[in-house]
Amino acid sequence: MSDFSNNYWSIFVAVVSVLGIIYCALLLWFSSKVKVQAHNPDDQTTGHVWDENLKEMNNPLPRWWLWLFILTMVFAVFYYIAYPGLGSFGGQLGWTSQNEYDQEIAQANKALEPIYAAFDAQATEQLAGDPKAMAVGERLFMNNCSQCHGSDARGSKGFPNLTDKDWLHGGSPDKIKETITKGRIGQMPPMAAAVGTPEDVRNVSHYVLSMSGSPHDSVRAALGQAKFGACAACHGADGKGNQALGSANLTDKIWLHGWGEESIVSMINAGKINQMPAQEGRLTPSQIHVLTAYVWGFSNKPVAK
Amino acid sequence: MVSLYAASKKIYPRSVEGIFAYWRWVFVAITQIIFYGLPWMEWGTRQAVLFDLASRRFYIFGLVLYPQDFIYLTGLLVISALSLFLFTAVAGRLWCGYACPQTVYSEIFLWIERKVEGDRSARIRLDGADFSLEKLVKKWYKHFLWISLSIWTGFTFVGYFTPIRDLGMEFFHTTMGSWELFWVFFYAFATYGNAGFMREQVCKYMCPYARFQSAMFDHDTLIVTYDEKRGEPRGGRSHHIDPAKANLGDCIDCTLCVQVCPTGIDIRKGLQYECIGCGACADVCDNVMDKMGYAKGLVRYTTQNAMKNNWSRREIWQRVMRPRVQIYTMVLLAIVLGLLVSLGLRTPFKVDVVRDRSTLSRITEEGTLENVYRLQIMNASEQEQIYQLKVQGLPGIKIETQTDVVVAPAQSRWVVVRADIPYGSVPAGSHPIRFEIQTANTRDYVVEKSVFIVPR
Repeated sequence: MSDFSNNYWSIFVAVVSVLGIIYCALLLWFSSKVKVQAHNPDDQTTGHVWDENLKEMNNPLPRWWLWLFILTMVFAVFYYIAYPGLGSFGGQLGWTSQNEYDQEIAQANKALEPIYAAFDAQATEQLAGDPKAMAVGERLFMNNCSQCHGSDARGSKGFPNLTDKDWLHGGSPDKIKETITKGRIGQMPPMAAAVGTPEDVRNVSHYVLSMSGSPHDSVRAALGQAKFGACAACHGADGKGNQALGSANLTDKIWLHGWGEESIVSMINAGKINQMPAQEGRLTPSQIHVLTAYVWGFSNKPVAK
Repeated sequence: MVSLYAASKKIYPRSVEGIFAYWRWVFVAITQIIFYGLPWMEWGTRQAVLFDLASRRFYIFGLVLYPQDFIYLTGLLVISALSLFLFTAVAGRLWCGYACPQTVYSEIFLWIERKVEGDRSARIRLDGADFSLEKLVKKWYKHFLWISLSIWTGFTFVGYFTPIRDLGMEFFHTTMGSWELFWVFFYAFATYGNAGFMREQVCKYMCPYARFQSAMFDHDTLIVTYDEKRGEPRGGRSHHIDPAKANLGDCIDCTLCVQVCPTGIDIRKGLQYECIGCGACADVCDNVMDKMGYAKGLVRYTTQNAMKNNWSRREIWQRVMRPRVQIYTMVLLAIVLGLLVSLGLRTPFKVDVVRDRSTLSRITEEGTLENVYRLQIMNASEQEQIYQLKVQGLPGIKIETQTDVVVAPAQSRWVVVRADIPYGSVPAGSHPIRFEIQTANTRDYVVEKSVFIVPR
C-alpha cells in the first residue's frame, strides 16, 4: 500500500474486513436462534400462491448449509492471517505476487537450463544450423525484435534490415552479439553548417546519390564532391562508411532513412540519432546467444559441425 | 414456530423392482459404460476422445477441434438445453430420474450400500445399533468400496484430459503430475460426497432444476401422480374385504411409496419440487396392487388434465404433440441438423492473418511496395499438409515469400508472408485484399481478409 502517503485506507480496509466477519458471525448466530411463525401453521406455508395452486412452503435451510457459512468465515480468518488482505498487513506467509512471479520465472529458467546449455556449447555458426535452436530463436525474435525489425526481419524506414549483407556495426557473430547485448546508438550530426550553403547541401546530396549510381544531376554532383570532405570524416572519402563508427555505406542502394534527394537533404540538415536498445537484463546471455545465431543465419550459411 | 435451519434427516431408500427401476438401470449402464469405457478407446495411434488442454487440441474420434471451434460446444449446449425443455414438457424430470449423474451415482452407491449393509430396515437397524465388530467391518467395507469406485471415477475423468493409458502407468509408478493428482482426488471426493452422503440434498438445495421445473410443466405433462380419487380414503385392510363396502379407497396406506422415495417425500401429497420423477413409488405401488389383486397404476405417469377429465391413455398421447412440444422438437431438430451440416462442411484447417504492425509498408530495392503479414495456419487434420498461399485483391499483387507451407499433423504454424505491388499502381491508403489458402491434395479452401497499406 505504498501508493498512499498515509495509512488511512489501510486501516479502513482492515476494519471493514474484520467488522464484515464479525457481522456475518452475529447474523448467523442470531438466525440460528430465531424461530419464525409460519403464516399457516397447519401446513407450514407462507400464504403465497402462484399459478393457481403453487404454494410456497416455509422450508428451513438445511443445517449443513449453516456449517458451510461458518466454514467460509473460518477460512477468511486463516486467510487474513496467512495472506495479504487485511489492509497493509502482509500475512504470515510473506506471499507477494512479485515473489510468486519470480519463483515461477526461476522455475521455468531452471527447466530450460539443459536446453540452453546444449545451445551454449555450440558456436554461433553451428547453432544457426540447429533447427531446434532456430525454432527457439524465431520465438525470441518475434517476442523481442520483430516489433521494430518486422516479423520478416527486413525492417522498415529507420529500422535496419537484418537479412542483407549490409551491417552498420558489423555482421560477425561477435559484433551481432555485442549489438544485441549492449544496444547501439547511431548518430548522424546535423552537418548543414559544416557543408556550407543550402545550395551546397543540395549539391552534396546529388553527389551522394551518384555514389550508388542512383538518378542524379551530374553537374550538382560534381559541385557537391568538393564539399563532401565534411562527410568523409565518418563516411570515408570513398563513402563506404565505417563499421567502427556505425556510419552508413553511401555507395549501396540501401537507404535506411529514406531514398531520394529530399531525404538526404533533410538528413544533412537535421541529422538523426537512432537507437537500438540494449537487451542485456531483459534477455539471458543464452537467449542472446540463440538470437545472435538466428540473426546471423539470415545472411549467412550455417557451418556444419 | 420453526427454526430457520433444520437438521437433515437421513433417508434410507428401500430397494425397488419394476419397469421404471429397470429403465433406470438401463440408463445407468449406458451412461457408465460410455463414461468409463470411452477414454480407453483408441483411434489410430491416439486416444479416441481426448481433450488436450495443454496444447489446446480436442480430439473426438476423427475430429480435431481447436479452441476456435468453440461454436460447436455452444451448439452442443443449446441442444442439451432444448432437449431438457422438450423432455420436461413431455414427461417431466426424465433427466433427473434416469440419467443425471447425481441419480446415477447415488443409485450405484446405494446398490453397494445395500449389498454390504442390507436393505432399508437392516440399514436403519445397523445405524441405530451400538458399536460392534460387525458394524465396524460393514461400515469399513462399504466405505472402502465407495472410495475405490470414487477414485476410479476421478481417474477416468482426468483420463479425458490426459492420455489415460499413460496416466495409469504414472498412477502405479506414483509419478503423476500434482494437478492431475489433485483433480483425480477432487473429482473422487465430489463423487464420494455427493453420491454417498449428499444425495437428495444436492437435488433439493443445490440444483436449480427443481426450482424452474414448474416453468416447463403444463397440464399435459406426464408426471408421477397419485390417483387421489381412486386411492382415498386410504387405510389398512384385510385381503378379503371389499374396499367399496368398507368405504375405503385402493390405497392401503402401506407407506412403501414413502420408503422407496430417494428424496423422502410422500407422493400422495401431490407434485412437489423435491420429486425427481424417478418412478420408484409407481413401481412399488404396482407391486402392492398386484398382491392385493387391485388394478395397477394407483401411482402412475399421467397428466393433470388426464387426472381431471378421466382421460384414457390414447387421449393423453394425443395431447403430447401439442404446439409447445412441436416447437421444441422443430427447433431442436433444426439445430441438430445445422450442427451436423456445419461439422460435415467444416474445412480441416484454419487461417488467421495478422498484419505486421511495426512495418507499415516499405519500398524494396526492386521498386515495389511491400507489406508484411503473419499467417497462422492451423492444421485440423491428422496428416501432414501442404498449403498453397495466394493473394488477391490488387492489380499485380503477389507473394514474395514461399507459397507452399508444410504444417505437421494437428499442429499450427506461423509463417511470415511478404506481399508486393508495383510502386504507384494504387493510391495511398488502406486497400482490402484477401489471402486464399488451399491444401495441395484435398483442395480445401479458406479465404481470409486483410488490408494492404500504401503510404502517403
